[in-house]
Amino acid sequence: MMTDSTMPAQAPAAAPSETQAQLFPFVLQLADTSLILAHRLSEWCGHGPILEQDLAMANIALDFLGEARSYYQYAAELEGKGRTEDDLAYLRSAVEYRNPLLVEQPNGDFAVTIVRQFIYDCFHYHLLLQLKSGPDAQLAAIAEKSVKEAAYHIKWSSEWVIRLGDGTEESRRRVEKAIGNLWRYSGELTTPSATEQALQAAGLVPDYAAIQQQMAAHIARVFEEATLAVPEGVFMQKGGKDGRHTEHLGYLLAELQYMQRTYPGLEW
Amino acid sequence: METLELTQEEQFQARIDADVRIEPKDWMPDAYRKTLIRQISQHAHSELVGMLPEGNWITRAPSLKRKSILLAKVQDEAGHGLYLYSAAETLGASRDQMLADLHSGKAKYSSIFNYPTLSWADMGCVGWLVDGAAILNQVPLCRTSYGPYARAMVRVCKEESFHQRQGFEIMQTLCEGSPEQKAMAQEGLNRWWWPTLMMFGPKDSESPNTAQSMNWRIKRFTNDELRQKFVDMMVPQAEFLGLTVPDPNLKWNEAKQGYDFGDVDWEEFWNVVKGNGMCNKERLQARVQAHEEGAWVREAALAHAEKRKQREAVAA
Amino acid sequence: MTQKEWPLWEVFIRSKQGLDHKHVGSLHAADAEMAIQNARDVYTRRLEGVSIWVVESTNVHASNPDDAAAFYEPANDKIYRHPTFYQVPDSIKHM
Repeated sequence: MMTDSTMPAQAPAAAPSETQAQLFPFVLQLADTSLILAHRLSEWCGHGPILEQDLAMANIALDFLGEARSYYQYAAELEGKGRTEDDLAYLRSAVEYRNPLLVEQPNGDFAVTIVRQFIYDCFHYHLLLQLKSGPDAQLAAIAEKSVKEAAYHIKWSSEWVIRLGDGTEESRRRVEKAIGNLWRYSGELTTPSATEQALQAAGLVPDYAAIQQQMAAHIARVFEEATLAVPEGVFMQKGGKDGRHTEHLGYLLAELQYMQRTYPGLEW
Repeated sequence: METLELTQEEQFQARIDADVRIEPKDWMPDAYRKTLIRQISQHAHSELVGMLPEGNWITRAPSLKRKSILLAKVQDEAGHGLYLYSAAETLGASRDQMLADLHSGKAKYSSIFNYPTLSWADMGCVGWLVDGAAILNQVPLCRTSYGPYARAMVRVCKEESFHQRQGFEIMQTLCEGSPEQKAMAQEGLNRWWWPTLMMFGPKDSESPNTAQSMNWRIKRFTNDELRQKFVDMMVPQAEFLGLTVPDPNLKWNEAKQGYDFGDVDWEEFWNVVKGNGMCNKERLQARVQAHEEGAWVREAALAHAEKRKQREAVAA
Repeated sequence: MTQKEWPLWEVFIRSKQGLDHKHVGSLHAADAEMAIQNARDVYTRRLEGVSIWVVESTNVHASNPDDAAAFYEPANDKIYRHPTFYQVPDSIKHM
């Protein structure tokens, strides 16, 4: 029997403990991040540079969408107020969304999409490796499932960075421009927000310093093969994880939430 | 020479009549090859262009579950396009050439995708009606005479049944929902019913190639036969949903054990075929744009592969 | 059209451990690694495989259908190669 739940099966759910309940904003942040990135990737569907890559991007989008649903379902459980995954995704405004700024950036050309994906994949993959062996069983189970997908994503986006960097003059110019535009959003991923700091102190969320090092090492390796330079001294934007977003998110949500906002409270 | 050619053609037809599949390297009449390339590539183009009207709604799907299903479904269409291009390529057609023909307007695709998707109910209608019609067309093609085409169609049909079911489920949910939702479903059916009937092509009397195609077993039922089958299949489903089929002439005919139904607006049909549908221009433009904007990406990947090959050659 | 197309690759998939790889179709990719990944995305969306082979289509050499008679028919009269050609007494088991 197939069920709608995308959460990996765990022992029968007891009411979340108080420690667990603290995780709510963090799980919600993960959910928002995966959803927004899935949404952006799904915008490519039907418009990719070649049919084979259209399929690849849709696959990655579906992975993120599935992951988002698992987090939303878990977040709803942690919150315990009877909200559903859809309530959380469709009925919160831009300032309530907690995704980092990087993932809400528009698709641009293929180079922008690849660089955005690559930066996030580097963080995502290493984060999941930590969460997988973290103290929260449900989060660990979701990470365990997702890390296999993320391992594929990081391979896919790394190879594309290399192809574009070490491809033609034009691809190099475009990928360099994309890096130039997106780099300022990379720092936020591993800069803990106040919420994350508190959870890190409680040992519920992994330390980001180690993840940042792993990320940097991977990026350095890939950029070297791609004959690209890692930008230095870039001022890092942040705020998404606290609900202060770029203007792009509002438009994205207007589209994403259109049906639920126009026809409140219905089943689809 | 003349007699030898005849013998080959007769042998070929005999194999087809005995239901022996034709494989890529087998001898085949030029006309068979050309007709197949046209038919398969047209079908592939339909899958490709068919991604657009539904792709429209991926970003607006009303729930996370629906969003996942719709994205998976539209992605499947990309897959189907790919299976079919791959089948046509076994006949010596190149994907680039087929796409060039699509982009120049020389090659056709199913006219149904030149209609706009205006409401969420359209996702239901496309799945339920359009995919339902496609399945009727496609299931017989799983036994078509050309091996790679038949095998591609087996894959397509296996995946397509999920598409129709998800469409029906959307309709059912709407019909069991609020009055507003039910009206949305009815309005969708009103707009999609006739264009779907047009999907089976012109009347048999105006479809001159049908006989040859049936002989070659690359078409197994006539347009009118399939249209009748479709109406007989869908009317009870519409009744189940509590929806009204927008055809005042629709009536059960006890003698033929099927429905009598009104005539399709053939003027509209030919207009859309000629490029005057609501979305012909946008659909083609979207495809051309994706292809052109993707050119540098495809070029870069090739250039990189070439560089790597050369480096490996030097290293060896 | 000046630009070259990505090469065509034939895809073979092992649907589960213990079975042979089977030809499933083809696709375009710039290199072998990409061909494998594309094959994964195109041909294993529904758990159809556990292993993938790709071969650039130009490297596949096929027999000629015109040779079919010369190639395959000579096997027709070698029925002694099949176990059913031999009569084994009913009382003999395990043979």
